[in-house]
Amino acid sequence: MAEVAPQVRVVRGGSRPGGGSRRSHTAPRPYKPLLWALPPIALLGLVFLYPLALVVRQSFQPDTGGFSLQPYADVLASESFGRALWTTVWLAVAATAGCLVLGFLLALVIAFVPFPGARTVARFVDVYLSFPSFLITLALLFIYGGTGIVGSFRFLTTPWGVLLAEITYFTPFVMRPLLAAFSGIDTAQIEAAGSLGARAPRIVRRIILPEALPALAAGGSLVLVLCLNEFGIVLFTGAKGVTTLPMLVYGKAILESDYPGACVVAVVNVLISVGLYGLYRVVSRRAGA
Amino acid sequence: MLVHSRKARWALWTVFLVLFLPLFALPLLVVLGASFATHWSGVLPSGPTGANYRAATRGEALQALTTSLVTALTASVLALAAGTWAALAAAALGRRSRKAMDALFMLPVAVPSVVVGLAVLVAFSRPPMLLNGTRWIVITAHAVLVTAFAYQSVAAAITRLDPAYEQAAASLGARPGYVLWRVRLPLLLPSLTAAAGLCFALSMGELSATMMLYPPDWTPLPVLIYAATDRGALFTGSAIAVVLMAATLLVLLAVSRLRTRASYR
Repeated sequence: MAEVAPQVRVVRGGSRPGGGSRRSHTAPRPYKPLLWALPPIALLGLVFLYPLALVVRQSFQPDTGGFSLQPYADVLASESFGRALWTTVWLAVAATAGCLVLGFLLALVIAFVPFPGARTVARFVDVYLSFPSFLITLALLFIYGGTGIVGSFRFLTTPWGVLLAEITYFTPFVMRPLLAAFSGIDTAQIEAAGSLGARAPRIVRRIILPEALPALAAGGSLVLVLCLNEFGIVLFTGAKGVTTLPMLVYGKAILESDYPGACVVAVVNVLISVGLYGLYRVVSRRAGA
Repeated sequence: MLVHSRKARWALWTVFLVLFLPLFALPLLVVLGASFATHWSGVLPSGPTGANYRAATRGEALQALTTSLVTALTASVLALAAGTWAALAAAALGRRSRKAMDALFMLPVAVPSVVVGLAVLVAFSRPPMLLNGTRWIVITAHAVLVTAFAYQSVAAAITRLDPAYEQAAASLGARPGYVLWRVRLPLLLPSLTAAAGLCFALSMGELSATMMLYPPDWTPLPVLIYAATDRGALFTGSAIAVVLMAATLLVLLAVSRLRTRASYR
């Protein structure tokens, strides 16, 4: 604070009479903000959009060179792609549904039936979000691994193991917006409903759920996109039977060096994810979240 | 209070614990427990040892830790600079162009990180910008992935900013650059530090894009953890994972301290 005072004096001393100088700054308004927006856009274009465009271009270029739809025909017709697409979609949908139900229940208890330590649990949820996803699979390897606590190694190499890991990791992503939405609900409303004889399920259905719907929609669609793109959880299970689209991209590019094929899968994956993400943006903006 | 009967409340809490503990607390406890053990064939880990940590804090693992820290720090600084600039520039734009810019800068969230890795690999393996094989390709990919989060939190903070401060400064004759440096950025400081913490944590745990393009001499911690578990060294992998979590948490704690100081000013 001590520094500010003399600085202000300098400015006052050096300033020209008010109105005129202000206008000279604001006159070239129409294009000046656009000019300032250009450098970051150019940077993003260089490191993100241009590489993406190259991926799209390479997906039309088989190893023999030239332009052709052959890579698309090859990949889309292959059995492994169809299976990966189906696995990815149903895993993502099922995990999202699980996260929504579980997240709603847990957030409901934290917010409306608080127990000693509920705030600590809410903070724990925040910390949880800053850990990488593959830690969950690493832990599951001990619990369900060959010599582990429960010891059924098969479980982890099935899609159900991946589903459990995804629900565990992504539920906090639903809980956080829900807790924020719940803190905005006027408790007087709930008390009034309760004193008029409404039981808990009815209060949840008629008061809390409508209030939580935007947060549920926003959190749910975010989790759907993140599940479609999840890589670490699937990689760590080491399951050959569970291949999702991101795994297929990795396998084709790094393990098989089939870049055109990898680019085709990448384009399909991007189209699905970006389409869903666009939906998420529309939903969450309408919800004002 | 939603549930008034004592019995029902206890029943709910039990359900909560039964769901919450195994799903969320157990994984972290298991990794922590395994990092101190050599065997795990019963309910509890056995063979207590500190050898996993000795392996996790020297040689290859220590190098991976510094690699991760340097990568995360550089990527966060780059992402924060680009994201803040973009958010400030977007705030000055009209409604429509601002929406377009929002969509543009949030796009990397929607694109799978594996694809971001593939794209960066494809783009920077050819002559005009040959980064493949250097640490910069990893840092670039991380920066691309976390810029969206920096942009999002700074943009959200800008809309909450009280315009009275900058208007007062401007009416006293302060130039736009001075208003930005002396008024807007200090007011944004709390959300800037929050964004920095988020970017750092995300970059520390980034695996998908990194797997696509890390050079052999620039191996971040998550890749090392994967390599360890892949060759069956689960217990060493757990110890490295605990080191990763501890490093992330320590930096987040430092950042949040900075943040409280910033918001008290």
